[in-house]
Amino acid sequence: MSDLTSHTDTTMNDWDIILTPKRKLLSFNIRELLRFKDLIMLFVKRDFISIYKQTILGPLWIILQPLLTSITLTVVFGMIAGIKTGAPTILFMLAGVTVWSYFADCVTKTSDTFIANQNIFGKVYFPRLVVPLSIVITNFIKFLIQLVLFIMVYVLYVTLWDTNTGVQLTWQLSLLPVIIIIMAGLGLGFGLIISSLTTKYRDLRFLIQFGISLAMYASPIVYPLSKVPEKYQWLMVLNPMTSVIETFKYGFFGPYAKGDPDTPIAIFEWWHLAYSAGFAMAVLFLGIVLFNRIEKSFMDTI
Amino acid sequence: MSKVIVEVNNLSKQYRLGQFGTGSLSHDLNRFWHKVRGKEDPYLKVTETNVRDSKEQSSYVWALKDVSFQLREGEVMGVVGTNGAGKSTLLKLLSRITSPTTGSIKMKGRISSLLEVGTGFHPELTGRENIYLNGAILGMTRKEISQKLDEIVDFSGCENYVDTPVKRYSSGMVVRLGFAVAAHLESEILVVDEVLAVGDQAFQKKCVGKMKDISRGGRAVLFVSHNLSSVSNLCESGILLESGELKFKGNIKETVGHYLSNKSFENQLTYDLTRYEEREGTGDMQFAELSFLKNGELSKSVCIGDDLGLRIKIRSKKEINFRMAIHLYKYDETLLSNIENGDSNFELEAFRGERVFEVTFKDFNLYPSTYKIGLWIGDAISGQHIDMLRFCGQFEVEDGSTKVNRPLPLSSGVIYYQPEWEIK
Repeated sequence: MSDLTSHTDTTMNDWDIILTPKRKLLSFNIRELLRFKDLIMLFVKRDFISIYKQTILGPLWIILQPLLTSITLTVVFGMIAGIKTGAPTILFMLAGVTVWSYFADCVTKTSDTFIANQNIFGKVYFPRLVVPLSIVITNFIKFLIQLVLFIMVYVLYVTLWDTNTGVQLTWQLSLLPVIIIIMAGLGLGFGLIISSLTTKYRDLRFLIQFGISLAMYASPIVYPLSKVPEKYQWLMVLNPMTSVIETFKYGFFGPYAKGDPDTPIAIFEWWHLAYSAGFAMAVLFLGIVLFNRIEKSFMDTI
Repeated sequence: MSKVIVEVNNLSKQYRLGQFGTGSLSHDLNRFWHKVRGKEDPYLKVTETNVRDSKEQSSYVWALKDVSFQLREGEVMGVVGTNGAGKSTLLKLLSRITSPTTGSIKMKGRISSLLEVGTGFHPELTGRENIYLNGAILGMTRKEISQKLDEIVDFSGCENYVDTPVKRYSSGMVVRLGFAVAAHLESEILVVDEVLAVGDQAFQKKCVGKMKDISRGGRAVLFVSHNLSSVSNLCESGILLESGELKFKGNIKETVGHYLSNKSFENQLTYDLTRYEEREGTGDMQFAELSFLKNGELSKSVCIGDDLGLRIKIRSKKEINFRMAIHLYKYDETLLSNIENGDSNFELEAFRGERVFEVTFKDFNLYPSTYKIGLWIGDAISGQHIDMLRFCGQFEVEDGSTKVNRPLPLSSGVIYYQPEWEIK
């Protein structure tokens, strides 16, 4: 990335690009990134076309994935383990899976940025941040489709299958855009940090692959936060995804099961959400700083 | 004088040799510890240059060392050097794929690098989609590409296939499409690696023409190629890299000249071959000395029409029936001829001790350039190597022969024929 610094040459002082070994901590060039906005969108398009080409079901996989996962989780945790969620179990699981998969996909796909793109990165320069941004956008579109699926299932369930579920929409639903931004920030931030470190220490790739699936169980997806003993809840809340998932469920299902305040579905606290937002910002900042440092010379170490 | 648009100052790049991963964490920690105490990076002190032949003591090497030059508007500069001289590293630094270890590069305007054609092509996408994708990767906006789409498709000659996925293309078509996109870049500085080596003759010509147009339009081109004739054709100025250091800069003819004469060894009157290290064979017999003769006199060079003599001294420890061969190479190490004693019905007999042979090429007829010699002795029957020296001497064919009645351009041919012409 270029630094627009003045140069004290006698004849000319209007260089556009100056490349030196040293770089400022946050020499983050928004203007340059904007110049490549078309590339971001083309990458998004490429990813969509290439993933589903020559598959029979095509983009249908986007909705099959969360649906099948939720059914499995419902059978295992709802029916076999018998976890009481307060809301219809399938809806509860689908809500968690929809939110979680956006975050998880952002992290895992972004963390592969340098390794998956080393052929392109080794031949041509463009702001490397273009790739993680395109991943976040691609997954955002996927998330929107899955969100629509969730809403459809929700509406069908509540109006046709069981009109007496007692779930209710609350005003916290209007926080949805905030939640999405926090999730994207967390996903991108973690992804950037991991991708920067994997160029040198490849072990992290393996760690992240099963780490993310373990992290799912450390987040309130298959169980409500209220099921965790009260004195350990603060530990759960330290996980920045906890408040995101809880707020999402609070918005769609309300605080507790119908007429039964002892079976809370979700917990909403402003300070939980504020903590997650702060965490997301910190992670994103650290991610961009690291990424900026690595992108200059990762070709030598990868 | 036109404006300087690229300025390279004391540019150096260091690479780490050998296995990565082992010890890199400890080096990182050591570096960090030095940094904390405000000391210099302990691994940057290495001063070895990049000489691949000698075994390095250190695991760090300078791929490029203190290189400085300028590129002006409208200038086409060629970069020449042997493999490993640092050409690719220079291009990588200029195209911002990796960053310098020390020194700086300053540029004016946009830079596009063409280290490969069709970077980022996705096999599942159609030709048209790939034009957009590749163009955007190279720094064009969607609008710019749309404006030039017809031109690009036309230049590539793939009109009938633009809506077919690229995976169905032949490799030649992929290259053509890739170059077509790159040729329509509007950046002020273009960095081109040896991408023209692919594609057929007609297309190569088209590409060279396009690059000339680009430079006429006031933009600068930096061009790397091993094909010296295309470098000399296309460029006006040149720089010569050797082991990561800038050995020469000037106009392209001089640069190529320096490159040819500098390559691996100086021209000598007599080569002492006893100290030659990279030899293969049993060693029962050895080449001891090689010298070149012009019309019977020791000389480093000949002209077309002269008699070129090779005086070869051989030492033998054993009486072996042997054959001898002389390999004649072009400067770029392409084999021109493999000459055996049997070809001239010359019998060699086994001997012990020292013997000198003289091989004479009457009326020598190769174009002015540098040529290299390799020598071989093998068992007369089995052909097993007794002593083989791949490149052990070189000589010059110089311009200015009385037999030639026009100036012969450098490397525009190899064999100089003067056949008989008549009208029938």
